[in-house]
Amino acid sequence: MSNTHNFDAEALYQQLLGQVKNGLAGVSDAAIVGIHSGGAWLAERLAADLGLEQRLGFIDVSFYRDDFAKKGLHPDVKPTQIAFNVDRATIVLVDDVLYTGRTTRAAINVLFDFGRPARIMLAALADRGGRELPVAADFVATHVTLAASESLVLARAADKTFSLTIETDHA
Amino acid sequence: MLNPQLNKNGELQHLLSIEGLPKSIVNHILDTASSFVGISDREVKKVPLMRGKSVFNLFFENSTRTRTTFEIASKRLSADVINLNISASSASKGESLLDTIDNLSAMHADMFVVRHAQSGAPYLIAKHLIDTRQSHVHVVNAGDGRHAHPTQGLLDMYTIRHYKKDFTNLTVAIVGDILHSRVARSDIHALTTLGVPEVRAIGPHTLLPGGLEQMGVRVFTNMDEGLKGVDVIIMLRLQNERMSGALLPSAQEYFKSYGLTPERLALAKPDAIVMHPGPMNRGVEIDSAVADGAQAVILPQVTFGIAVRMAVMSILAGAQG
Repeated sequence: MSNTHNFDAEALYQQLLGQVKNGLAGVSDAAIVGIHSGGAWLAERLAADLGLEQRLGFIDVSFYRDDFAKKGLHPDVKPTQIAFNVDRATIVLVDDVLYTGRTTRAAINVLFDFGRPARIMLAALADRGGRELPVAADFVATHVTLAASESLVLARAADKTFSLTIETDHA
Repeated sequence: MLNPQLNKNGELQHLLSIEGLPKSIVNHILDTASSFVGISDREVKKVPLMRGKSVFNLFFENSTRTRTTFEIASKRLSADVINLNISASSASKGESLLDTIDNLSAMHADMFVVRHAQSGAPYLIAKHLIDTRQSHVHVVNAGDGRHAHPTQGLLDMYTIRHYKKDFTNLTVAIVGDILHSRVARSDIHALTTLGVPEVRAIGPHTLLPGGLEQMGVRVFTNMDEGLKGVDVIIMLRLQNERMSGALLPSAQEYFKSYGLTPERLALAKPDAIVMHPGPMNRGVEIDSAVADGAQAVILPQVTFGIAVRMAVMSILAGAQG
């Protein structure tokens, strides 16, 4: 793996925060749910910046993935934690990178096993295209074009600031 | 040596015994189980992992509780469960074990959960599946003879980890009929694998097997001595059928020497937990005041048992042959 490009992830985060804030203006039952791991970090900060700490949840999609039969269970499954009432909530689902849309599909299924949300919106720090399902984000900070061998990797420092890099898989 | 539990990639292919399992796999099962615990509290108590898979519960020996927990675990993973009451079916008509397996495989079974009075029966099935190249079919040992009961051992470890966090500074006592107990054997292997520095076995001479010291276990025939300063007490069920033989004088006598009373429990650490695989014989191996007391974690064991069995089944179902 090698880093070939760097983004100003903090500026992208601020952009995403602004979009989500506007999108949730006037919404009463708003909640933020992050998809492990990168989306969970973003959701944590969004919830803090939007005063929605009591309406924050996390999803691990391992039990809902469509490639379980091919790949087996992910070796590092994290607990799904949704402590608020999903019924009638407006939920912003947060992922770091939107790609095929399969993770989003799985995450929506997880949410529906907790209740019936009024609305689900999707926020992603970066959209790299390459969709395999009819999924679109409501809030996106940047669009990136990448080769299939490349991946976008979000990292979080000890002070909770973000960095986003392109990594190339030389395998 | 052939370890039929692991496939060529080192993944868990069958769960037959905790003996011989790498620590990393034991920890992976426990970590995965912690993600399954919350599912039972949700609106929909199911995940779609094993949708379309068929799990056959093959109980050649009766056990309502274990069979039920496996059935619940399978259903919460969205698998289809078929319970076979073997004692009332083909086996009693003379069909061999492996013929039964081949017939069920022909019905496209994906997993067998096997309870058998004969030690080694699940091994025989796993080996047969390997020999006949049916690597997509998995076996879970739900208790075989005196040999092993690995999911009980794993749920005991999950319970200990839940309350004690770290294994590496614990003293754990297993009390009762160690000789006939597959739970005790599985617990001893699991505790040793996870690095518990002191495992004790407490029981009368007649119910202690040979070779415990070689497994790294400290043996006590005096319960008061054995319970001093322990963090975890695992009580074993005294099987009623043992009473009729020459091994024990009577239930009352046994309770006097090896029953867990509040007075005896006070010899352990003040925050010691009391476990029991069930079903309990109150007044034989455990006093009701202890069984219903604040230090008992016997019902949480049952709840964790579902999550641990879900973890085992989902890891097996995901193994790539």
